[in-house]
Amino acid sequence: MAPPAQTNRSPSPSQPSGKSEVTDLKSQLRQLAGSRLPGVDDSKRELFKKVISYMTIGIDVSSVFGEMVMCSATSDIVLKKMCYLYVGNYAKVNPDLALLTINFLQRDCKDEDPMIRGLALRSLSSLNVANLVEYLVGPLNAGLKDNNSYVRIVAVIGVLKLYHISVTTCIDADFPAVLKHLLLNDQDTQVVANCLLALQEIWNGEASTSGDAMKEREALLSKPFIYYLLNRIKEFSEWAQCLVLDLVVKYVPADSNEIFDIMNLLEDRLQHANGAVVLATAKVFLHLTLSMTDVHQQVYERIKAPLLTLVSSGSPEQSYAVLSHLHLLVMHAPYVFSADYKHFYCQYNEPSYVKKLKLEMLTAVANESSTYEIVTELCEYAANVDIPIARESIRAVGKIALQQYDVNAIVDRLLQFLEMEKDYVTAEALVLVKDLLRKYPQWSHDCIAVVGNISSQNVQEPKAKAALIWMLGEYSQDMSDAPYILESLTENWDEEHSAEVRLHLLTAVMKCFFKRPPETQKALGAALAAGLADFHQDVHDRALFYYRLLQHNVTVAERVVNPPKQAVSVFADTQSSEVKDRIFDEFNSLSVVYQKEHRGPFEFSDELGSLAIGTESDVPAHVVEANDKDLLLGTPDKEESRGAGTNGSAYTAPLYDTSLLSTATQVQPELPISNPAAAGLSPQSSLAIDDLLGLGLPAAPAPTLAPSPPPLKLNAGAACLFTASPTGHILIFVMDRSLSQELSVSPQGAAALTTPQTLPRHLQGHSIHCIASGGQAPNLKFFFFAQKAEESSIFLIECKINTSSAKTQITIKADDQSMSQAFSTLFQSALSRFGTS
Amino acid sequence: MISQFFVLSQRGDNIVFRDYRGEVQKGSAEIFFRKVKFWKEDGEEEAPPVFNVDGVNYFHVKVVGLLFVATTRANVSPSLVLELLQRIARVIKDYLGVLNEDSLRKNFVLVYELLDEVIDFGYVQTTSTELLKSYVFNEPLVVDAARLQPMSPAAIFMQGTKRMPGTAVTKSVVANEPGGRKREEIFVDIIEKISVTFSSSGYILTSEIDGTIQMKSYLSGNPEIKLALNEDLSIGRGDYRSSFGSGAVILDDCNFHESVRLDNFDLDRTLTLVPPDGEFPVMNYRMTQEFKPPFRINTLIEEAGALKAEVILKVSAEFPSSVTANTIIVQMPLPKYTTRVNFELEPGALGQTTDFKEANRRLEWALKKTVGGSEHTLRAKLTFSQELHGNITKEAGPVSMTFTIPMYNASRLQVKYLQIAKKSSTYNPYRWVRYVTQANSYVARI
Repeated sequence: MAPPAQTNRSPSPSQPSGKSEVTDLKSQLRQLAGSRLPGVDDSKRELFKKVISYMTIGIDVSSVFGEMVMCSATSDIVLKKMCYLYVGNYAKVNPDLALLTINFLQRDCKDEDPMIRGLALRSLSSLNVANLVEYLVGPLNAGLKDNNSYVRIVAVIGVLKLYHISVTTCIDADFPAVLKHLLLNDQDTQVVANCLLALQEIWNGEASTSGDAMKEREALLSKPFIYYLLNRIKEFSEWAQCLVLDLVVKYVPADSNEIFDIMNLLEDRLQHANGAVVLATAKVFLHLTLSMTDVHQQVYERIKAPLLTLVSSGSPEQSYAVLSHLHLLVMHAPYVFSADYKHFYCQYNEPSYVKKLKLEMLTAVANESSTYEIVTELCEYAANVDIPIARESIRAVGKIALQQYDVNAIVDRLLQFLEMEKDYVTAEALVLVKDLLRKYPQWSHDCIAVVGNISSQNVQEPKAKAALIWMLGEYSQDMSDAPYILESLTENWDEEHSAEVRLHLLTAVMKCFFKRPPETQKALGAALAAGLADFHQDVHDRALFYYRLLQHNVTVAERVVNPPKQAVSVFADTQSSEVKDRIFDEFNSLSVVYQKEHRGPFEFSDELGSLAIGTESDVPAHVVEANDKDLLLGTPDKEESRGAGTNGSAYTAPLYDTSLLSTATQVQPELPISNPAAAGLSPQSSLAIDDLLGLGLPAAPAPTLAPSPPPLKLNAGAACLFTASPTGHILIFVMDRSLSQELSVSPQGAAALTTPQTLPRHLQGHSIHCIASGGQAPNLKFFFFAQKAEESSIFLIECKINTSSAKTQITIKADDQSMSQAFSTLFQSALSRFGTS
Repeated sequence: MISQFFVLSQRGDNIVFRDYRGEVQKGSAEIFFRKVKFWKEDGEEEAPPVFNVDGVNYFHVKVVGLLFVATTRANVSPSLVLELLQRIARVIKDYLGVLNEDSLRKNFVLVYELLDEVIDFGYVQTTSTELLKSYVFNEPLVVDAARLQPMSPAAIFMQGTKRMPGTAVTKSVVANEPGGRKREEIFVDIIEKISVTFSSSGYILTSEIDGTIQMKSYLSGNPEIKLALNEDLSIGRGDYRSSFGSGAVILDDCNFHESVRLDNFDLDRTLTLVPPDGEFPVMNYRMTQEFKPPFRINTLIEEAGALKAEVILKVSAEFPSSVTANTIIVQMPLPKYTTRVNFELEPGALGQTTDFKEANRRLEWALKKTVGGSEHTLRAKLTFSQELHGNITKEAGPVSMTFTIPMYNASRLQVKYLQIAKKSSTYNPYRWVRYVTQANSYVARI
C-alpha cells in the first residue's frame, strides 16, 4: 500500500477524485466500526493506511474523523498508533470532534501496558485544543509519577506541550516544580534531558514576566547542577549530551582549575563520531578559555584535527556544516591553520558551496611560506570548467596578493590571466589588477603594459569595464591611447547601460583631461554633456558637479580629481570585526553557516556591505533648488580663464533639471510639464539663460546625420539644461520667431507611438533631444531641443502628434530664424524615418 | 529543535510528512522543493544543505536520491540537524533493509512509527535502532532485493559518488528470514575513500585517505566484541617514535562510535564494544601519510594542425594482480570548441566504452574491470571548430577517475582479528571482514 502517485496529489478536498475516494473510505470505515468479525483488524489496517497516505500527500481527510474514532476501539497497537497519528493531525481543526477522542485516550492512559500508556499520553498532549486542557492535567500528573521511564519521558514533553497550549494551566498545576524534582532525581537520563529542555523553554518564556522564573533559570547554571550533569554526561544519549553541553557553555567557572577540570572531563567528547557532539564540546572549550590567551590557542590546536576528520568522514552535507565552523576558526586565527592549507584544496567533485568556503580559507591561511604553492593551486582552478569557481579562484589570488606576501610572483600570474583570452577570466583579472595598483602603485609599469593591450571591446562586464576605465584615467600619462579609448567610450555613452561604468568614465575623462588636455578636451566636453543629459541621478549629479567645479576654479578641480594619492594599505573588510565576534559567540548555530549574526528569534541580519554604488534603482525625483540657478549664473566668467576648453561661445538654453523632467514625465504625466498651458509659452515667464556648455562644446564631434548631404548639422553632444522655478513650474525659454508646420507621421511611426518614449529615443539618434513629453493617447506632445553643430544656434521644437490621424503639428523656434526652414526639413526627414528603422 | 520533518521523492512528492510543533506553515515542502530545484537559474550551483526562506530554516540531506528535510525557526546547531537527518535515514534503512523510494512508500506507516519515537515536539529522543525496536510494531514489507544490484561489497558504491549508503547487507533488523530463524552473523567493512591529485609531471601533490570501519551486527544477545587493528598503528602526525622506518600505518586522526571502549587501545590497539543493532561506524579515520596510489594516469596531448589534436590517455593499475578493480571511469573536459572526437581503443579491448558528452564537452572512458598490473591506453582524435590559440592544456583537463577496488585498502590498516565473546563452545557465528577502496577525488592535471 503506497501513497497514490503524483496524479492524485491535490491540496484541496474539493478535487473530485480525492473527494469521492474520501467518501468511499468513510462508508467503508463505518461498516467496519461495529464489526467484531475475525480479521476485521487487518481490513481496518488497510483502510487506516489509506487515510494516512492521503493525509501525507495533502488530501484533507478530516471528514472521516468520527469514523476513525469509532474504529479506534481496538486492542491492535498498530491500529491504535495510526489512529493517534490521525487524531493528532486533525484535532486542532476539529476541536469538537477531538472531544470524542478524549474518552478512549484517557482510558488508554491507564492501560496496564506502559507502551500504551505512553502512546496515549503523547497523543492526548498533542491534541493542541485549548478547551481540552482540563482533561490533560490529570493524566500528565499521573504520567510524571509513572514507574515506567518511557511514560515519564513522554509526560515531561507533554508538560511542555501543555505550556504551549495554555501557559496558565501549566503554571497553575505547578508542573515546573514537578519537572525540577525529576530533573534532579530521576534515574533515567532521557527523563532528565527532557526536563532540562522543557524547563529551559518554560523559564525562558516566563523570565520576562516573572522574577522567580529568572532565578530558576539562573539556578540551572549553578555549580552543583552543572557538575551533576557533567559527571553523568556519558550516560546521556548523544543528542542529550549536546543539550547538556549547550548549557555548560553558559556556565562561568570560578577559576582556571575549574576550567581545566571541565576540559579534562570533556576531552574524549572530541573523539565522538557525532559531529554535533564534537562541535558542542569545541564551543565549550573555546568559550571557557576566552580570557586565557595561551590556552585558547591550544584549544584551537586541539580541536583542529577532530574537526578535519569530521569534514572528511561524513556525508557532504555534514562536511559542509563542520567546514563552516572551521571556516570561522580559520578566519579568526589563520596562523593556527597555516600548515594545514592542503586540507582546504578543492576536490573536483565537491559542490560549489563547499569550494567557495575552501577558497576563502585558502586565502586566509596563505603566509610567506605557503603563498607560492597556494597561488599555484588556485591558478589551476582558474582554468576550471566550473566558471563561478574559476572566478572565485581568481579573486582569491587577488586577495592573497593584497595580503602582501610574495607579490612578485602573483602579479605575474594575474597578468597571465589577462592573456588567457577567456572573457570572464579577463574580467576578474582586470578588477584585481585595479585593486592591486591601488595598493602597490610601483607595479603600475608592468601592469599597464599588459592592460594596454586589452581591447575595451572585449570587456563587457560592468565591474571589469569600470576597472579598465579607472586605469585608463589614472595612468593616462603612461598609456598612449588613453584619451582616444576614453573618447570612443564616450561616443558610445548611450549604449553603456551600467551607471557604474558611466560614473567611472566621467571621472576618468576628467583625470585624463588634466594630464593630457589637448587630446582629451573633445572627450571631456562630450562626456560632460552626455553626463548632464543622463537619466541616472548619480551620473547627472557627478557631471554637474564636475562642470561647476571646472567653472569655479580649474586648479581646485585638478586638486579634487587628481590629488596625490596614497597607496591603500588595507582594504575595508566587508564584515566588521564586531559582527565576526558576535558570530563567534554563536558558534555551533546557524549564524555560522549563514555568516550572519542572529538577530531576534527568527531573523538573521542582512548582509553587510551591500551598499554598492551605481545600483540601477529608481532615484526619487527631487526638485532642483532655485538657488542652483544662481549658482550657475554667478560664475559665467571663470571659464574664460581656461584656455583649454572655452572659447566663449555662448549657447543659450533654459535651465532645467533633465532628470527631474524625465522622472516626472514618466511617473506623473499630470505634472505641469505635460500641461500645454503650464509649459509656459507665455513671454512673461522669466528667462534663465546661461552659457552652460561653452566648455568643450565647439569641439564636440559632429555626428553623422540623416539624409545626405545634410544641409544642417546638429550637435550630438548638446545637452539642454533647464531649471525649475521655486514653485515647481517649468520655465521654458521662448523665442518670438517661430515656424509652424503640419507634417504627417508614417503609419508605422504612429503605431510605434503606443509607447511614447520611442520617439525621443529615435530622434536622439538624429541629435534632436527630448526635453519633455506628455499628453494622453491619441494626442501626444513633445518638446525637443537641438543645437547646430559648431555654432551656438539652438532650436526648440514643440511637436503635437495625433496617433490616430498620424498628423503632426510642429512649431520650431530658433534664435537664428534663417535656419528654421532648414531645420524643419531635417526634422521632417528624421521624423519620417521613425518607425521604419 | 526542529519543527517539521519530511521526505521528498526526486519529483518533489511527500512520501512522509510529520509536523512536530506547528510553527512552520504547511506549504513548506513545496517552498523547499522549488527553492532547491531552482537554486541558481543556470543550474550550475547546487543548493547548500542549509538555507533560510522567510525566516524558516530548511535543512536537507540527499540519500539514495531522496531528500530528507527538516525545518525550524530556531537558531539551532546545523550539525545536529544534519546529523539527525542522516541518522533517521540510517535507522529507516536498518528497519526496511533496503532504503529507496519504493521501500519507503511501501512502509510509510512503519516510518511514521519510527518518527514518533525518534522526535517528540521537535526534540530528539533516540536514534538507536536497538532501543526503537520495542516501539515498532509494523512488520517491514521488504522490497525485492533481487532486483537490486548484486550483493558484492562493491555494489555499495555504485549508487553515488561520495555517498555511503552502507554495506550491501539488505536485511532488516526486525524481519525474520524465511524459516523464522535468524542467522547469526556480523559484518565488518573497512571502506576507504582516497583522494589524490597528481601534478602535470606525475608527482603527487596531495593525497588523503578517509576511512570508516563500518559494522552491522545480527548477533543475538549482544555479545561483546573485540576488534584488533594493526599493532604498529599510530595516531597523530609527528608521532613517529614507534614506527620510524617500519612502514607502520600512521593516522592523522580518528573518532569512534560511542559504544566503543578504548581501555586497551593505547596498549594493543584493540577496540572493545557491544555492538548495537543496525549499521554504524565503529571508527572513522583520516590519513595523509604517503601511500602508493592504485592507479597512475599519463596524458599526452599532441597538436596536429590548427584544427586537430590527439589525446593519449594511459591508465596503469599499480596494485597486485590478485586484485581486480571495477567500474573504472576516466573523464576529461575538452576544449569547448571541440566538435568531434574519434576514439581508438587498444586492440582486443574488452568491456571498454568511450563517449564524447557534447553537452559539457567531456570525454568519458569506462572500463568494466582492470586486473592489477595491467595497463590500458585510449587515443582520442579531436576536431575543433576554431583554430587553437595558445596552449591547449589551458582549455582542457584535468583528467579525473572513479573506481572501486574490492579487497584492497591503500592505507594498509587491517582488522587483525574479530573476537566474539563466546556463549558456548558451539557458538560460531559468521564473521565477514571486507575491504573496499573507492576513489573520491582522483585527479591528474595535464
